Amino acid sequence: MVKATQVTNDIRRLRFAAGELTQAELAARVGVTRQTIIAIEQGRYSPSLEVAFHIARVLDRPFDDVFQYPPTERKRP
Amino acid sequence: MSVSEKRAWIMVVVASAAYASYLVIILDRSREVPLALVPYAETLLWTVGGAIVASILLDIISSLFSPRSAAAKDQRDREINRLGDYIGQSFLVAGAVAALIMAMIRFDQFWIANAIYLAFVLSAILGSVAKVFAYRRGFQTW
Repeated sequence: MVKATQVTNDIRRLRFAAGELTQAELAARVGVTRQTIIAIEQGRYSPSLEVAFHIARVLDRPFDDVFQYPPTERKRP
Repeated sequence: MSVSEKRAWIMVVVASAAYASYLVIILDRSREVPLALVPYAETLLWTVGGAIVASILLDIISSLFSPRSAAAKDQRDREINRLGDYIGQSFLVAGAVAALIMAMIRFDQFWIANAIYLAFVLSAILGSVAKVFAYRRGFQTW
């Protein structure tokens, strides 16, 4: 079983906010396949930093708006 | 479905079918003579050759019926390919080691050749299964 990534993203919501950008259009502008955008949106694939920054740039949002990583609980001393 | 994923499916089906055909023919012959004495070389070469030709033909046919965009490859395709090849190669290495040991302890050449053939088949099938699994269920690079 593939361990799911903890990285989450808001690509789907932001695509609609960016003028209803389709997965195919986003894929073409980022330079990946539509299947890769689908896999990223569904959390089945963690893109490289290069691709992740490119997606944020195409969506015209700061990186943190697009990708999130849950904070770890700090151990008490 | 991308062309790369279709290729992985084709490899699973063709390699399984070719090896199953080989086993059926060899086991059928072994009813008359001991297994190690069964003539296998020609059948092995024919099934390997047939599998290569069949996979090329099916690749061409699947490409013809796929949209042009399905042929595009990106980083994820390359990473999944690498993962599948890596898993497949581990079976090749295991098969080579097994064949080496069998040669050292003077196994019959029938068993050595078949161990190597099985390693190639497992490499092709399990490497391709890993690719299909990565495409379908997810793939993490970390």
